[in-house]
Amino acid sequence: MVRLADLPEMEAEHLLDLPCPVYEDSPWTDAPPLSGMRVAIITSAGLSRKSDETFRPGAADYRVIPADLESSELIMSHVSTNYDRSGFQQDINVVFPIDRLNELAADGTIGSVASFHYSFMGATEPEKLEPRARELAGLLKEDQVNAVLLTPV
Amino acid sequence: MREHTEKLNPPRALWVPFELGRPIGAPDEPAFQRRVVEAALALFAAPEGPVIADFPEDAPGGSSGDMSGWVCPVNLTPPAEDAAPDSALAAVLAEIDQLRPWYQVALEKRGRTTVGLSGLDIDVAAKLLADFIDDPSVASPREDIALPQLLKFASDDIKAWYFEAATAQPGPSGGGVLNDWYWRDTAAGALVRQLAATCRTLDGGMMQLLGHKALVPRTHEHLVRDT
Repeated sequence: MVRLADLPEMEAEHLLDLPCPVYEDSPWTDAPPLSGMRVAIITSAGLSRKSDETFRPGAADYRVIPADLESSELIMSHVSTNYDRSGFQQDINVVFPIDRLNELAADGTIGSVASFHYSFMGATEPEKLEPRARELAGLLKEDQVNAVLLTPV
Repeated sequence: MREHTEKLNPPRALWVPFELGRPIGAPDEPAFQRRVVEAALALFAAPEGPVIADFPEDAPGGSSGDMSGWVCPVNLTPPAEDAAPDSALAAVLAEIDQLRPWYQVALEKRGRTTVGLSGLDIDVAAKLLADFIDDPSVASPREDIALPQLLKFASDDIKAWYFEAATAQPGPSGGGVLNDWYWRDTAAGALVRQLAATCRTLDGGMMQLLGHKALVPRTHEHLVRDT
């Protein structure tokens, strides 16, 4: 998210005009205490392993990012050229805060970090993402994940 | 943007005043990043929702685009406008030679690079763009990647290579100033702008996507000179 006033006027107007889906309700689930959380990251930044197929325009699928993946194996193939990538280039945690989660788990602030994290490329209609999102929810449950940190770009 | 979050109405959201593309704030600022992550996780303790909380701090180094004091490690010769493909390529290759030591510094410091989408060496990627501008019927050098997609990846690789070199020295870094530098002051930015202009003249959805949206950001689209 970004402060509207920090954007060039034309860019701010463009973003404000983007269609947003309307949901009838906002699902609510009570969460366990932090110390009992197993946390996964899901990002829309178009991240993948270098050995994976890169994202293509309109992609609605996701890539799996193992928790122990070396940062040098992570690459960004998002189609958009309208957001900053230089932060990620310098430090993956700007988009994918895996080191911060590992620190929080190591000092007992959270229970644990998921074995697998996931990335979509957030540049398609939300309706197309839904089937894969539902599939992913099942995978998260199998990994005993009970909290997800969403990091949009 | 907070306005989008309010429309989407998710159960828990942390609004952050950071540049697009930097949801956790700033690179190499672990203490700050931790505060952002903790503020997001703290929303799980909310007794009821939906809830949108505002993160109270700006990112270290200032808001979007603030890179006070940033200078490119080397002085590049300003690119010629609308140069012929061979001289445009020569200018890019000269820049690459100038920046290469800084790219290596960044690579060694970070132990990683985000360059590699196209699978092409950086000078080969630049040559592909120049060859295409000269003759759009050029064949893709990768059998497994169609030419339009490879042009996109090659362009993104070149930009990433330049940005990684340009941020090798420690100091504040924001995308706004880097973008201005790349798109206005480098021969590589000029070459990709020429590529976008060329794509606009060609048929096909992917070519039009490249020409109008997927190569040059909206903030610098006005620099593309239609041919």
